[in-house]
Amino acid sequence: MTSPIAPDLTAPGRMPVKPRAGVWRRLVRRRLALLGLMIVAIVVAGAVLAPWLTGYDPNEQMFDGLTIEGSPLPPDAKFWLGTDLLGRDLLTRILYGARTSLIIGIVANGVALFIGTLVGVVAGYFRGWIGSALMRFTDLMMAFPALLLAICLAAVFEPSLWIVAMVIALVNWVQTARVIYTETSSLAEREFIDAERTIGASAPRILFRHILPHLLPTIIVWGTLGISTTVLLEATLSFLGIGVQPPTASWGNIIFENQTYFQAAPWLVFFPGAAILALALAFNLIGDALRDILDPTQRGRA
Amino acid sequence: MIAASKPILDIANLCVSVRGEDGEREVVSDLSLTLARGETLCIAGESGSGKSMTALAIMQLLPQPAARISSGKVHLGDTDLTTLDERRMRRIRGDRIAMIFQEPMTSLNPVLSIGRQLTESIEAHTSLSQGEVRQRAIEALKAVRISEAESRLKQFPHELSGGMRQRVMIAMALALEPDVLIADEPTTALDVTVQGEVLELLRDLQRQHGTSVILITHDMGVVAEMADRVIIMRHGRMVEEGKTADIFSRPQADYTRELLAAVPRIGSGVGRQTSREAEATTASANVAEVKDLHVRFDLHGGFFGRVNRRVHAVEGVSFSIAANETLALVGESGCGKSTTAKALAGLVPYSGGVVIGGRNLSGLGRDERKAVRRDVQMIFQDPYASLDPRMRVGELVAEPLLIHGIASKQERSDRVAALFERVGLSADQMELYPHEFSGGQRQRVCIARALALRPKLIIADESVSALDVSVQARVLDLLKELQREFGVAYLFISHDMAVVENISDRVAVMYLGQIVEMGTRDQVFSNPRHPYTRRLIEAVPVPDPAKRRSRFARLDQEIPSATRRIGEAPLKLALRDVGNGHLVAAEG
Repeated sequence: MTSPIAPDLTAPGRMPVKPRAGVWRRLVRRRLALLGLMIVAIVVAGAVLAPWLTGYDPNEQMFDGLTIEGSPLPPDAKFWLGTDLLGRDLLTRILYGARTSLIIGIVANGVALFIGTLVGVVAGYFRGWIGSALMRFTDLMMAFPALLLAICLAAVFEPSLWIVAMVIALVNWVQTARVIYTETSSLAEREFIDAERTIGASAPRILFRHILPHLLPTIIVWGTLGISTTVLLEATLSFLGIGVQPPTASWGNIIFENQTYFQAAPWLVFFPGAAILALALAFNLIGDALRDILDPTQRGRA
Repeated sequence: MIAASKPILDIANLCVSVRGEDGEREVVSDLSLTLARGETLCIAGESGSGKSMTALAIMQLLPQPAARISSGKVHLGDTDLTTLDERRMRRIRGDRIAMIFQEPMTSLNPVLSIGRQLTESIEAHTSLSQGEVRQRAIEALKAVRISEAESRLKQFPHELSGGMRQRVMIAMALALEPDVLIADEPTTALDVTVQGEVLELLRDLQRQHGTSVILITHDMGVVAEMADRVIIMRHGRMVEEGKTADIFSRPQADYTRELLAAVPRIGSGVGRQTSREAEATTASANVAEVKDLHVRFDLHGGFFGRVNRRVHAVEGVSFSIAANETLALVGESGCGKSTTAKALAGLVPYSGGVVIGGRNLSGLGRDERKAVRRDVQMIFQDPYASLDPRMRVGELVAEPLLIHGIASKQERSDRVAALFERVGLSADQMELYPHEFSGGQRQRVCIARALALRPKLIIADESVSALDVSVQARVLDLLKELQREFGVAYLFISHDMAVVENISDRVAVMYLGQIVEMGTRDQVFSNPRHPYTRRLIEAVPVPDPAKRRSRFARLDQEIPSATRRIGEAPLKLALRDVGNGHLVAAEG
């Protein structure tokens, strides 16, 4: 028998230790993630640089923006993406609308994710009466029609972009909380959590150092899914007159304003719709790559 | 009985390869074997030897699409199974070749009654009427000695004990009287006393029906009990093949010799020359003292969710452990040994007195309790599950030092490096993640982590059970060395009597939450007084075909449940000293 002190070298897993490249470097090395980053960069640049990218005012109704019969113009050399029902340049509106939609998609969604994760983790780890109270409250929120709640909240507060973002966050955290709760409670049963407790680790340490990293994949997936949901929810609110106030453009309200003309002027729905889709897809690609990069057990696998 | 002229199963040059990250890898290489009618062939080997892959290859059940048979033939009678399509193979599975798996809970469908699952396979292969199928199912259950077979048909898997479930699996496998039965680690998940029964049952059924059996196991004791012929496998290759008696008495290959040498045996007392006599320890010398420990879990039920039943997991257990001493707690699943460990480690609430290093745990403030925690560390059963997979092992070992604010950053990493070297790992492995290690290495990481705080007591809960025998032997040696060096006391929890005999100074046998016998290792093993202790020792399969038993120790009945109604507390057993501190419970 070999000496017990001799290293156990039989394992297939032994490999030379490579210095690990930073998360960013590993992210840009993946082609799909790079594509996602580029789309996000384009959208952000478009939103920030809108006044310089286009010569039109987003809210200006132009005489030459409509046909003689008063219907919108299809894409042409002058109005690259055509014009809307009121003769406004669609490209300009989409560029300015990106500002609203990015704030909604990132801030509202981020806040919703934060609340949902916090509630889910605390309820899932501590159980007991705290857990029951939090989860019953979550169930209550789930059962309550989200739109009705949003309408109530929007009615109480003066409508503004930030209020809309908060309203969306307060409605959207519920599903995340539920999913995170389930996953936390199964993680809390795992043996390595017991092992942490036996070495004297405190609850915050277990939660933040040992449970949260395992929840990352779920959080990322819900975060990316949430972007399209929140952008569309904002559109719904705008449609009901309690979202972003017209004439301010957002991707959602461009679609809603124009959806009745879908057959006559399909580009009016197609382009803003494509923008939402591209943004959601971009975040999805980044999220997917991040999930793999942040998971050490996936290292070295394709 | 091996006289049949033509083998029922003939495998020629079988190769199985698995596609992985870096191309195809052969997991079974050039394996040839034959199985005669009525013969029992054991395929033995450690994890990763390709023994289970061989079984799956025969059944054509290799995990798709990663694994495939890359070459070779598998003849069942005159048919080559490798050329059959899925539809024709389905007719052979269950009917001519049947398989039973290791884990009877997961291989039975939990939402279907066992009757339904039994009849399903019979219906699939025969054209019997419903009544006949039912009759056949009942006969099959009776054949595996399940009482009240008719009413059992309506039961669901969770209503049966582990041994019962495995018997149901055997009943299902044998209901259609297959020519070949492949049993993949059929008793590994079972308690020793139950294991004996199941093995005996397999042997009897085989004798009655003339079934040929391929028994896949890592346990050389099981091999010695069951096999006519043995194949030893390693890294996908056959290392040695021969008659059971020959393999055990005159192993040819080095690997076989190593494997046999590593097997812990009862009665050999490997490692410790003399068990230290139970010293007349004073209370102050004891590292841990447990008095009248109770752990009970309330079960809610009924209309208002009130507590109506209670699991009496630990009922009045008392023992003490001195520095530099190993106390083993043995018993079968559900006897409360792991719960006792968890109570000591502060993982479950308990009542009773636990004194660690002179300080009583109850009535301590939060900070004091954290300080006492330093003195008790735990090594868990499954090194795969007990390390956070998202942290580097270096961080994991340093974590206890960090939590307790010991040493600066630089000192910490030096200490961790020293610990790594001490447990037989190298310091440059600190940067790796747990999944990059083998099971044995991971358990070493766990040991390093437990040692980091220089505890007075280490609780090892089945810490070597999940490891291969050769690795197990090395980890046990390491534990002994560390004890000599640091003077740490071990509470060693195990179901494996042979391992316990190897490492312990004193032994406590637990049954249904209470200690039924406690004494020095020699007292318990050479003079077991309680019938349960005797049964436990007798049930362990001896890795020597010459000592094959005709009958296994059998339990008179199923072990009763520790769950009781409120107000029906179990009777407390009184321990009686039968000389020199050898405590035995009066039979009740």
